[in-house]
Formats: sequence, C-alpha cells, structure tokens
Amino acid sequence: MASGHVPGVKHPYGPLTPGTSDAADTEVMTINIGPHHPATHGVLRLVVDLDGEVVRDLKPVIGYVHTGIEKSCEDKSYWKVIPFVERMDYVSYFFQMEAFCGAVERLIDLEIPPRAKYLRTIFLELNRIHSHLVWLGTTALDLGAISMLWYCFRERDKILDLFEMACGQRMHTRYFQVGGVIEDIPRGFEPKLREFLADMPIRVQQYQALLDRNEVFLSRTKDVGIVSRERLLELGVTGPLLRAAGEPWDLRKTFDYLAYPEMDFKIPVGTVGDGYDRYRVRVAEMVESVRIVEQALDGLPEGPFIADDRKYVLPPRSELSTSMESLIHHFKLVTEGYRVEAGEVYYAIESPRGELGCFVLADGSSKPARVHFRDPSFVNLQAFKDMSVGGYVADMIASLGMLDPILGGVDR
Amino acid sequence: MPDGPGLELIRGEIEQDHPGAVLDTSFDRDQPALVVDPAQILAVLAWLRDAPGQGYRFLSSLHAADYLPAEPRFAVHYELLNRDRVERLRVKALLANPTEGLPEIDSCVELFPTAEFQEREAYDFFGIVFRGHPDLTRILLPDDYAGWPQRRDFPIGGEPVAFTYNERNYG
Repeated sequence: MASGHVPGVKHPYGPLTPGTSDAADTEVMTINIGPHHPATHGVLRLVVDLDGEVVRDLKPVIGYVHTGIEKSCEDKSYWKVIPFVERMDYVSYFFQMEAFCGAVERLIDLEIPPRAKYLRTIFLELNRIHSHLVWLGTTALDLGAISMLWYCFRERDKILDLFEMACGQRMHTRYFQVGGVIEDIPRGFEPKLREFLADMPIRVQQYQALLDRNEVFLSRTKDVGIVSRERLLELGVTGPLLRAAGEPWDLRKTFDYLAYPEMDFKIPVGTVGDGYDRYRVRVAEMVESVRIVEQALDGLPEGPFIADDRKYVLPPRSELSTSMESLIHHFKLVTEGYRVEAGEVYYAIESPRGELGCFVLADGSSKPARVHFRDPSFVNLQAFKDMSVGGYVADMIASLGMLDPILGGVDR
Repeated sequence: MPDGPGLELIRGEIEQDHPGAVLDTSFDRDQPALVVDPAQILAVLAWLRDAPGQGYRFLSSLHAADYLPAEPRFAVHYELLNRDRVERLRVKALLANPTEGLPEIDSCVELFPTAEFQEREAYDFFGIVFRGHPDLTRILLPDDYAGWPQRRDFPIGGEPVAFTYNERNYG
C-alpha cells in the first residue's frame, strides 16, 4: 500500500500503513465530519481523531433530527399515534406500525384475524426489500458504483407503486391498524405483485453480477470493519450486522408473531463479518423475503381483514348510514379513542436493521403514558467505533454504509 | 418466557444469594417482570447474566418510564433476553424523586456495554443519573438544554400556556 512514498519525503496524507507512524512528529488531528455530509446517510456528525489517514478515535454525535416523537405520542389517542411512529425510521415504516400496533394488541388482548396476519407479513417483507434496496443503492454509491443507485431505485419504485395501490400512499401509509389492516388489497393487486415477485430474483442476480466480483467493490469491502461476534452481542447489535458475523439470530424464527411460523425461509449468515458479508447477507435476505411474500400470497386465507371488535375497531363505513349503534361506536372511537387498561408491554420484531422493540405503558386513559422505541439503528451505531478504529478514513465511510443507520430512527 | 411459578423460582434463588433484592414480581400480559431494589440492581443483573441455569446475557433494551402520580415515580426497565431458551425477562428498578437533586442508580455499562447510549438517553429525557457511566451527557438534546422533557409533568410544547386575559378579567 506504500506506493508513491519516497523515502525522506513526508507523504502529504501521512503514513499509509495502519498502525504505524513513519515520523516522530505525526500529530493526531481531530476533524469533524457532518452533520450535513452525503456519506453520513442522514444528519449524523462524526468527531474523528486522525493520525494521518488512520482513524484513532471516533465519536458519533447524534440528535440533529430529534423531533420529540415519543413525547408527542403521549398527547395522542392510541390510533393517532400510528402515523407519528411511522416517521421515526422513515425507510421501514411498516415495521414501526407493526411494533406499535402489535404492542397495543397485546395490551388489550385483541386477536387479529388470519388474513390480516398474512397481509401484514406481505407488506412487512415488501418493506424489507424496499429498505434493503435503498441501502444497497446508497451504499454502493458511496463506494463508487453509481449505476447501482438507479437500478435499486427502479425496483424500489415498483414496491412503492404496490404500496400506493393497496394503501393510497407511497410512503407512511398508515395501513396497519390496531386489530388488522385498514382495507383489503384491491383487485388487480395480486397479478401486479406476482409480476414483481417473478422479476425481483432476476434483478437481485443482476445486482450480484455487477458487484460480487467487482474489483473496486471487493477491495473496499473485503476485510473492512470486522467486529467479532462476541463483541457485537455485548454491544447489543442485531439484524444483518450480527448475522453477517455468523450468528443465526432472527426474531422471525425465534418468536411467534404474524404468519412467520407458517413460512418456510432461511436465515442467511456470513462468516467473518466484514463489509462484504454484510452485503451478501442483505442481498440474500431480499431473495428470502420474496419467497416469504410468495408463500403468504399463495396461502392468503379468506375472511375479514380486521378484527370485529367495535370497542377498538372502526365499524364498516357502509353501516354508518343504517345503524345508529355503529354511528355511536364510530363517533366514540374517532373523538375520544378507546381506553386501555393500565399495564405495560414490550413487543419486538425483526426490522431490516435488527430488533425493533416497542414499549407501551398504558395508564387506563385513551392516551399512552409512554411510547418508547428500541431502535436498532440507535443501538447498532455503538459498534461503529469498533468497526472503524485502526482503519483508514475511507474504510470508515464504507463501514458506515454497511452499518445502515437511519438517522430518523436514531434520533426519533 | 418463564411462567408465573418459574418467575417465583427465580425470585427464590436470587433471594438466597441477595436477600431483599427482589421487592415484587408481576406476570402481566404473559410478560414476566421482577421489581428489584435499585441499590442491588447490579448484583441482580450480574446474577441473571452469569448464574448457571439463567443466562440472560443479552440486554435488548434499557429504557425509563415515569409512573406519575405513583410513588416511587420513576422506573428503569431492563429487557433481558436469554437467546438459548428464547425467553424474555423484564427487570424493573423503581426510583423515587428526591426532594433535592436527581434520582440515581448504578450504571450497568460494565455488565452490558450496549447500555451506554441507552442510559444516556434515559438521563437525557428523565434526568436519571447513572452512577459510574463513562460519559453521562445529553445524547439527543442539545448540551445546554434545561429540563427533563419526557417526565410526565413536563408540558408538551416546553412551557405551560399562560391564560393572562382570563386571569386578568375573570380572576
């Protein structure tokens, strides 16, 4: 790596071998990256101690997009909280909805119908593909593979079209409700989804053809940012980062929620846990998600898409003009909302970034007394120092991309 | 999950090694919880992590809650996870609000390094001091922010609305 270094002449960028210093007068320099920097994937500030080009210490400074969502939720009735929490991690909004709705369903002990479970599974897995596509496009862009962004966002757009078709919105859909989903999938949705599912594995192969043996991509990701499995577990890291280090831990397999126990899918794992393994794990997860959506679509049960409990779920629109009782229920739910008996619940699901936990504390009123999200990006960010210290600045940027933090979720 | 009797079994075993450490247990909505004396929180967490047959080695989440008007009003929640048996266990430490200063509890960063950011977050929003934390500063709010905004008596919007017209004219 020491090419271009002439003995006796101080290299303008300092020593080129990590961990060595060729001059006694090398100074450690503290520089600031961000908070507005295209490589930080959001409003993240990094204070970095540099010894030449080698990172000696690193401190992430966060909070620049903190909007007090958790506090705002305490002033909203339960059903009005859903659009708030969706805006935390703005790339995986279906997961935020599921974490919150699932927690409230456990608080009020409301069983959701099988069709709703399957529909939720379909949309969660589509959202996982969407989230990994955004990650792949932007991270490959950081590493110089500009065309990946256009290919990934092309497929992402197809997923957004599907969301729009079923939910009326492309992002922040508010599709999941406490008790099920707001509407059944429309006619014409299934063929369009099947078309996408047939197309997606081919697209993934194309991404892999572009990146898997790409010289630049390999040299930027191989053996970069390795953290041992034990250390990752100590730091509470979950999701693809942990699986890339060889730990097959996935809440979809271990805990029983939604339609996952009935699905047949694999958990991709890596071996060494470098940037390349993280990439391979996420790409393989996209294919597995396609398989899950296919199975959920094939096995989609008939029946209601939302629970029939008038104390928690809005009555069908058609009843409002014929039944006084339905009108009263509708009015009560929309104005005051429903009251939830005092209690507390922690409900965790596997988001594209790891364990997404939602803690809801109910005090008996129609508003939650506390809504807390255990955001995987927030916890995983602690591993960033371990990934970067001792390596080059450029590798730090590559590691940050592979970490895949969404700063909206970190700061909430 | 440990069921009701399983939870009492854990309580009994902790009581043998650390008398008086467990104040209460609850089994609500299929979720087991131990209420622990805050002075012995580290001993209990270390026991749950290391004692043979327990193995709650993964701290999923650490967060605080404010139970106002209950007394003691604050709680720090530790969502522990045994990854081999796939069991979750919640440990709660209830903290009273002292008349002067801030509520305090020992930091568990030594036991669970993942708690570092999460303890800072609890400090940032609830003003709970974690003794022995390596860098207990505000994490999401600006350093010069005054107040603990997630406390239940902290108004949304930051300050109470003063109805001066009503007060002046109608007393």
